[in-house]
Amino acid sequence: MTQILQFLMLPLVHLIVALIAILTFIALNGLILVYVERKVAGFIQRRPGPFEVGPHGLLQPLADALKLVGKQLVMPRGADRILFWVAPLLSFAPVAICLLPIPFGPYLLGLNVNLGLLLVLAFSGLNVLALCLAGWGSNNKYALLGAARAVAQSVAYEIPLLLSVLCVAFTCGSLSFVDITASQTRGLLSWNVFSQPLAFLIFFVSALAETNRAPFDLPEAESELTAGFHTEYSGMGFGLFFLAEYSYMIVVSAVASVLFLGGWSGPFFSGHWWMLGKIYALILIMMWFRWTYPRVRFDQLLNICWKWLIPLSLINLLGTALIINLVR
Amino acid sequence: MLDKPSFSLDGDYYSSRFSELGKGEGDTLVLNLGPQHPSTHGVLRVIVELDGEYVRRAEPVLGYIHRMHEKMGEVKTYVQYLPNMGRVDYLHALAWNWAYVGAVEKLMGLEVPSRAEYIRVITCELNRICSHLLWWGAYVLDLGGFTPILYAFDDREILMDILQIPTGSRLTYCYYRFGGVSADLTETFLTQTRNFIERFKTRIPMYHDLVTGNMILRGRCEDIGALPAEMARRYGATGPVLRGSGVAYDVRRVEPYSVYDQFEFDIPVGKNGDAMDRYDVRMAEMEQSVRIIEQALNQIPDGPFINPDVPDRIMPPKGEVYFAVEGARGKIGVYLVSDGTARPYRLKLRAPGFSNLHVFAELAQGTILADAVSILGSLDLVIPEIDR
Amino acid sequence: MTTTIQKTMKGLWSLIVGLKVTGKEFCRPWITVHYPRQEVTNLDTFRGHIDLVPVLDDPEKPLCIVCRRCEEVCPSGCIRIEGHVPGEEKEVPVRQLLLVSNISLPHSAAREPICATDKTLRVLDGFSLNYNLCSLCGLCVQSCPVSSLTFSSDVYLAGASRKDFEFDLLQRLIDRAGSTKLKKAA
Repeated sequence: MTQILQFLMLPLVHLIVALIAILTFIALNGLILVYVERKVAGFIQRRPGPFEVGPHGLLQPLADALKLVGKQLVMPRGADRILFWVAPLLSFAPVAICLLPIPFGPYLLGLNVNLGLLLVLAFSGLNVLALCLAGWGSNNKYALLGAARAVAQSVAYEIPLLLSVLCVAFTCGSLSFVDITASQTRGLLSWNVFSQPLAFLIFFVSALAETNRAPFDLPEAESELTAGFHTEYSGMGFGLFFLAEYSYMIVVSAVASVLFLGGWSGPFFSGHWWMLGKIYALILIMMWFRWTYPRVRFDQLLNICWKWLIPLSLINLLGTALIINLVR
Repeated sequence: MLDKPSFSLDGDYYSSRFSELGKGEGDTLVLNLGPQHPSTHGVLRVIVELDGEYVRRAEPVLGYIHRMHEKMGEVKTYVQYLPNMGRVDYLHALAWNWAYVGAVEKLMGLEVPSRAEYIRVITCELNRICSHLLWWGAYVLDLGGFTPILYAFDDREILMDILQIPTGSRLTYCYYRFGGVSADLTETFLTQTRNFIERFKTRIPMYHDLVTGNMILRGRCEDIGALPAEMARRYGATGPVLRGSGVAYDVRRVEPYSVYDQFEFDIPVGKNGDAMDRYDVRMAEMEQSVRIIEQALNQIPDGPFINPDVPDRIMPPKGEVYFAVEGARGKIGVYLVSDGTARPYRLKLRAPGFSNLHVFAELAQGTILADAVSILGSLDLVIPEIDR
Repeated sequence: MTTTIQKTMKGLWSLIVGLKVTGKEFCRPWITVHYPRQEVTNLDTFRGHIDLVPVLDDPEKPLCIVCRRCEEVCPSGCIRIEGHVPGEEKEVPVRQLLLVSNISLPHSAAREPICATDKTLRVLDGFSLNYNLCSLCGLCVQSCPVSSLTFSSDVYLAGASRKDFEFDLLQRLIDRAGSTKLKKAA
């Protein structure tokens, strides 16, 4: 009897533990990334960045978080009460599920599903809905414009993202992250980034757009739309959007490093260190972009997608399929 | 109980009037940008009617920082009005200083020693670089690039340190006096200026690498807000806005005042009058200013920095006078009517930003909201100067 | 077609050039002044609010001869002066704000130093400065015929109320004199 119960409970316990671990990881990373982002911005701009709270400002993100938590929750007059508060939760909640199937080491993963890639793509799509609801529910014209932009942008960039991911799925013949990583463990040259460089570039650009990072941060373009979809949010409402943005950065970087950079494979150190290193390297590049480039205009953004990325990724996909067929 | 809240969400007089006037066909949205808005740089308010993201109509609303500078001129004596001039346009304060001081000198027939003229040229051009640097940073900030403004401020801080030596202040200078300037240039000033020029020559290529050549920025500026020369003239636009449209009108060249006729410098002009042309004109102007400063530093004569024969009481004879100088934003004019007393009878300030701003309504029509912001930034507006 | 691709390639290269610039700056040291730990060094040329200058032989006695030119020329009316003529014990009348002294002339360094023993001088009883209104034009300093005014270079001024910026310059002079005396004694 107990054995049967154990057998039943084990996957559930595993899942719960994994979820808790992932949530902790996300929260911790939110704090670290806020600090890193501000330090990177500071160094690029020849200034120290946060410095006063704690040694070298290390406790600054904690102070910021405390401030956000402590603030009164304000809702504008005429806003939709339910949608307004559902939006930030909806933006943040799927992140945990997105990180579930990603292997941080040979055995360090939350859930080994053979459709992991699909799971991540499906749940990360929910973020658009959250931005849309936030913009619509705020009863604010800027927020509405930001939401409209967010929807158009995310829907457009989902296509090249999917197409470039498909290339990798074709070459590896699997949608499971574990299998994809396993196929890249034969040294540096077996990484997919070398066999699929174009797919990697397209994926990275689309990922920047999907996560609303500069130079594609149009939904919150503060010079035009003050703060875009989260104009009316303060306190923890804003905090959750903020946390979600950084978490999605981790998700896309994790997916990119698994798909293209060999995931946990690497010499000398254990797998999870390699994985973390790759994730952070990608995130640092994203930050570097943000503090270098101006913002792309809305129609240009869509032009890049429809006129360049989608045709290129289609050609890439067809080429990949052709080569695979020929090789077989 | 309350049909409408005491503060109406439908807006005030301006927005309701704006909505009434030619409410366009179809489903449009009236958006109020400002007076508190990140891209209006101060308290400019622009009401726009949007069709999706396209601007149907735009109308600037002024007066949020109207400080009655012209009226103040009528109640203060000639010297007491001097500090006001540093506050009309705080970014190019010395040009305003010069316009007012020059007008009074012209009316009184005061002579300015030639050293003072050179001092004025050097400090005014330094101030112009200061102003253009701030515009550059703020414009790229409007377009979403955060870092350039801090690089610009790096140089600008040095400039302000330099200008602090003779003037004693860092932004709202009150330095020029009738018949000269209030303090001589020191040796530190001269060496620091020379050092700055050497440094600045290496910084400009960096600016071009970081921003001017950038594909994204060019996409945001090229063919945006093309201002035909005829239209620029119609609105009375001056300065880089007019020169960007290909009209080489520069007060320093057309009606040379002071010693500007003794320097060699080019007047950069654009071609199409789009935002990129205005951008290029300002970037080139900084290099020209450096050229002028270099020549002035080499030529600066010895002598008094202020005319010792300035009368004890500044009471210009009856009459009127107009004096114009080239500011960072365009032609700064001071029209002064004197009735022979210690206070001006009437003082009219021609602010270049006022004319430049009104180009916006026509330029923005039919553009995307993001382009409208780009156009607004490319006009280089200083709102306190427009409102005066 | 080829031109489009060329243009795109050039554009992409410009993006890399931009990254190179910021990358280089990333590796260079800070240029900002880290305020509570460091302070800027160029304050000597900064013109803050005005202060009285003492006579040569008595650091507590101001040079001021109560001519009230500064009070008169100030565009913002932030200076108030009280004084009397010794022996007469009556206040010096406020001048009409009509005659404006030649403030365009800077004060020359070669002025006669004034000593405290000069009996003909009017005595300054109070010199209050309302720094809230001051626009730092420096006209008062330049209009002073005896160079009795100078600029302080104090930029670290902060206060919680307007009262904090209403200075009694005579008191400040005496305080400063006290501190220099203390220093001398030490």
